[in-house]
Amino acid sequence: MSDDSAASSNADLPEGVERRTFGGRERLSTRGAQVYGEPVDADGWRAWDAGRSKLGAMLELGMDTGLVGDESVLYLGAASGTTVSHVADFAGPTYAVEFAPRPVRDLVGVAEDRTNLFPLLKDARDPESYAHVVESGIDCLVMDVATRGQATVAVRNRQFLADDGRLLMAVKARSEDVTAEPDDVFDDVVAELGSAYEILDTARLDRFHADHLGIVARPK
Amino acid sequence: MTDAWFAGADPDDPESGATRVRTGRASAPADWPAEAVDAGFAADETDYYAKLRSATLAAASEAVAERERADDVQLAHAVRAMDDAERTANELAERVVEWAGTLYETVPRGLDGVRDIAARDPKTAAEERVVSYATRAVDLLDERDDLRAFIEERAPTTAPNLAEMAGPVLAARLIALAGGLESLAKKPSGTVQVLGAEDALFAHLKGRATSPKHGVIFTHEYVRGTRPQDRGSAARALAGKLSIAARIDHYSGDYRPDLHAELADRMATIRARADEEADE
Repeated sequence: MSDDSAASSNADLPEGVERRTFGGRERLSTRGAQVYGEPVDADGWRAWDAGRSKLGAMLELGMDTGLVGDESVLYLGAASGTTVSHVADFAGPTYAVEFAPRPVRDLVGVAEDRTNLFPLLKDARDPESYAHVVESGIDCLVMDVATRGQATVAVRNRQFLADDGRLLMAVKARSEDVTAEPDDVFDDVVAELGSAYEILDTARLDRFHADHLGIVARPK
Repeated sequence: MTDAWFAGADPDDPESGATRVRTGRASAPADWPAEAVDAGFAADETDYYAKLRSATLAAASEAVAERERADDVQLAHAVRAMDDAERTANELAERVVEWAGTLYETVPRGLDGVRDIAARDPKTAAEERVVSYATRAVDLLDERDDLRAFIEERAPTTAPNLAEMAGPVLAARLIALAGGLESLAKKPSGTVQVLGAEDALFAHLKGRATSPKHGVIFTHEYVRGTRPQDRGSAARALAGKLSIAARIDHYSGDYRPDLHAELADRMATIRARADEEADE
């Protein structure tokens, strides 16, 4: 780090993620090429907007993600690459899976500016369609898929994770059932995850994302 | 033999790897970087990731270009072809039933009659002609069904929100009438509301008629199933959300459940008017 003023407050963050001051406010940031018009400071660190990123919100809320930096990552639901760009800034090989063609066009642009980000236009519900590309023993599976059956997707993709790996998941209640109470939806998702994962921590992300639950889990 | 994406790919040609990335499958992941080095595909791990990067970038760009370029155009053609097939089949059916009526005692009416005739065993030269003619009509009906199945499969990936809201066939019709998903996304919702009612619209603009309340979206249950005096409101509400759905599908492409819930709420409010008046 070039200046050590923020060192203590960064202790809980992975290597490569720092709290830095943007516009007079302490914000998460990573170092890399700008992606979505986010503020960038003089040292090349770019603000990581927790309001636009579920994983950013999980870190901001102090959830113990187990991330230390430089791990291999499989990111499901990469969309146009807003969050995954920050992940690739601090992680090792990062596989970004997204199902919709339009966002992948932007994701390719994000990947072109990074050497460790591999975009895949694939369906996360069908892991066999990318198991020939994504390596086994992944350290961290990040999930942000806005589809019905989010827990099923997590269970099916368990095979990529190392035994001591981590699942970091943001569950969107409204994707499962727009009419149900979010708490009921979250209970169901956590129960189904239990078949393949041990839940380590959960937290509502409502401060940044309405009706979302952040989950940290490890394979059983 | 391994299922790895690099199996059979030329290490010096990212294009060959890209094709494998797009079309390959494996039942389970493996330590691909180590396997690639062992197989001599890559010199070391760094080299492997560089090759993987070129291949995945090429694969994703190609796949995106292909899907974006083609899909809405295919949908538009398919729905027009489906309508042609149906219209022509009905025309042939009319002739078949009329002709068969002079040869056979009982002929069921309409398209059922055509299927019935096509399945018969002809005994005279005239029967042979009418059965053969009926077979063409049945083939055309089957083609229409296949086209519908194609549309139902494709529309949800091309335009997930529009297909969910309008149903796949109406979604395809709107795309066809607008001349593509992009131009549908750029149309104001008032235009979407009367797409397919151009004759009535121009009659109105020339001062010869009242303004049309709805075009092809009339086929949607939200419009057709609403009582006549509230249909204008229903059509306006539906068209508004449909144009938002088209914009999300074109510019972002992700599925937004909230949008569909909002429309359902709005429709419930409009339809509640009928109950309120009944109570008074």
